[in-house]
Amino acid sequence: MNKLAIHIENVSKVYRIDATTGGAVSRTLQDDLVSLARKPLRRGASSTHKQEIWALRDVSFDIHEGEVVGLIGRNGAGKSTLLKILSRITEPSAGYIDLYGRVGALLEVGTGFHTELTGRENIYLSGAILGMRKSEIDRKFDQIVEFSGVEQYIDTPVKRYSSGMGVRLAFAVAAHLEPEILLVDEVLAVGDAAFQKKSLGKMSEVAESGRTVVFVSHNMGAIKNLCTRAVLLEGGQAIADGDVDSVVQQYLVTASEKGEWHTEIAERTDRKGNGALRFTGFELRNSRGDVVDAAVSGEAVDFVLHYQRTADSLQNTSIYLWLRDAFTKGMLRLGTDLTGQDFSDLPSQGELICHVTRFPLRAGRYYLDLGADIDGVKADRVIRAVTLDVIDGDYYGSGKIPRHPNDGDVLCEHRWDACA
Amino acid sequence: MTKILESGIHIRIQRSKGWAGLRLRELWAYRDLFWILAWRDVKLRYKQTALGITWVILQPILTSGIFAVVFGMLAKLPSDNTPYLLFAFAGTLPWTLFAQSLQRAGSSLVSGSELISKVYFPRLVLPIASSFSVLVDFFVGLVTLGVLLLLYQTPFTWNLLALPGLVLVNLLISVGVSFWISAFSVHYRDFIYALPFLIQAWMYASPVAYSSSIVPEQWKALYVLNPMVGIIEGFRWALLGQGEFSWLSFAVSLAVSIVMFFSGAMVFRRIERGFADVI
Repeated sequence: MNKLAIHIENVSKVYRIDATTGGAVSRTLQDDLVSLARKPLRRGASSTHKQEIWALRDVSFDIHEGEVVGLIGRNGAGKSTLLKILSRITEPSAGYIDLYGRVGALLEVGTGFHTELTGRENIYLSGAILGMRKSEIDRKFDQIVEFSGVEQYIDTPVKRYSSGMGVRLAFAVAAHLEPEILLVDEVLAVGDAAFQKKSLGKMSEVAESGRTVVFVSHNMGAIKNLCTRAVLLEGGQAIADGDVDSVVQQYLVTASEKGEWHTEIAERTDRKGNGALRFTGFELRNSRGDVVDAAVSGEAVDFVLHYQRTADSLQNTSIYLWLRDAFTKGMLRLGTDLTGQDFSDLPSQGELICHVTRFPLRAGRYYLDLGADIDGVKADRVIRAVTLDVIDGDYYGSGKIPRHPNDGDVLCEHRWDACA
Repeated sequence: MTKILESGIHIRIQRSKGWAGLRLRELWAYRDLFWILAWRDVKLRYKQTALGITWVILQPILTSGIFAVVFGMLAKLPSDNTPYLLFAFAGTLPWTLFAQSLQRAGSSLVSGSELISKVYFPRLVLPIASSFSVLVDFFVGLVTLGVLLLLYQTPFTWNLLALPGLVLVNLLISVGVSFWISAFSVHYRDFIYALPFLIQAWMYASPVAYSSSIVPEQWKALYVLNPMVGIIEGFRWALLGQGEFSWLSFAVSLAVSIVMFFSGAMVFRRIERGFADVI
């Protein structure tokens, strides 16, 4: 057995949710110096109604040098929390972790990117944020640019990039970190197929060179390709640990994508609006009414929003959906105001369904923001409520779709004529 | 295939209790980051090219001009035999570095919340970077003042050699108070509303628009405890050749700055462990 790279010992993480402040997540302040100064600044919010949520509970396992370990589990199982603790973004509430080696974390592609700045400037910015020295970035600059494939646009502001280009540049920076322990969260799901392959290749190169990789993903294909071992988390506990095939199998048996989305949106506390209507869940359905986990370009898809009404009656209810890319650039807005169909007298709970006949975006990962207004007053806003994966489909019925990253993200029905 | 580095690094991650160390060595390892972040801020601010820099030049001139009219012409306050505009400018310069640092630091963590929740780096970098980004405006202002001094044919003196030291202390106090401000701003969102009043009150407690010679003798001892007093007087002495260099008030400024810097960093480090969970 190789040397120990990561030792996780009884790690727990508790979030305290304060019922009096509308559920905002906050840490206990009692041992903080500032608790004294708190009273005059905040109006008498005594925090007696605290609810504890255990994001992780007594998780222990070891990872050795050269291992590539996949962390899998449903949303809210504690994967991201564990990764956040490993990358030192947040501290554990109990237990400890020993890390042996330089750690590089890739928790979200494009971290620190600023869209007003050029590609070149963003490489330096993002590199430095990820912990590289300027001299190191200078040295690797050409490699990074080459890997990203955006040479021509390197001095163009990133806001003019297609979402694919931005993501590739961001991944390229992070891929050149050369840490001994690499923590990766869901980055491979972005970009087109060719780039995904390239990213996977880079990651296995990292693994082959004897470095340790901890990889979180919902993409079981990528997990199986890349990892030798997997740890399954559920309810904050590691419930399975072993060779990748058997653990993935166990996960697939227990996973239910539908249930996952349901709890997530309903439990979001960082929402805005007066709450007269609240979104409680989301489903994606295909033309046959089956629940699916990805939309296909060119095919019919239904966005199903589950809601609950708390006000006695609702008049003039407008519902919106925003589709954004990884850089929160708006790709599409769908809304009852646009179709002129604002609802009145909605039942106290139910589904709001948006039918899209031919889904017009290219393959990639998008995020949905949900919104509801009642009589022009904001009732609910949930940002990044849903992660929407889109798979390439035969949009034009010709078997052809744009392949080049700079071909844009939108597909549009069209035909050509030639005239004399 | 790349050979891996045997760095021999060992990090233990656990809940920190009580006062944490400042980890200044780690901060030093990230020194490129605060330059790059500061440079990003500057770049974004100057993105509108010509207009961007014009404002940076105009702002201190206009501010000093207003002070000259209100305090010099209308209130007829003494400016110790210097044109009031220059007198006010030499005070506005170090004051703006300080006040702008505080203002930026107040929002630096909130606007950097995306970074904080996604990457690890010493959080102290953010308020430091916001002070550094103000430094560019400061130097533009300094050059502007140099031009004004030439126009008014004010002689330069050897006192000018003390300027780098004064700027350093000015920066030190700016960063130190910024630590306090930024840590508080994350904990109490409403603190950001109190900040402008704090800055304004602090300005009137400093000889920015007026000369410290008008401060009554019995208040002098208290007055000098304000670290900006020594710094602003120092600037006037170095740039305008005005008055005597007061070692006492400079020493007080330096001492208060050092205390603010380290105490601010300690408080910041103590509060920072909850940042990612609170933001």
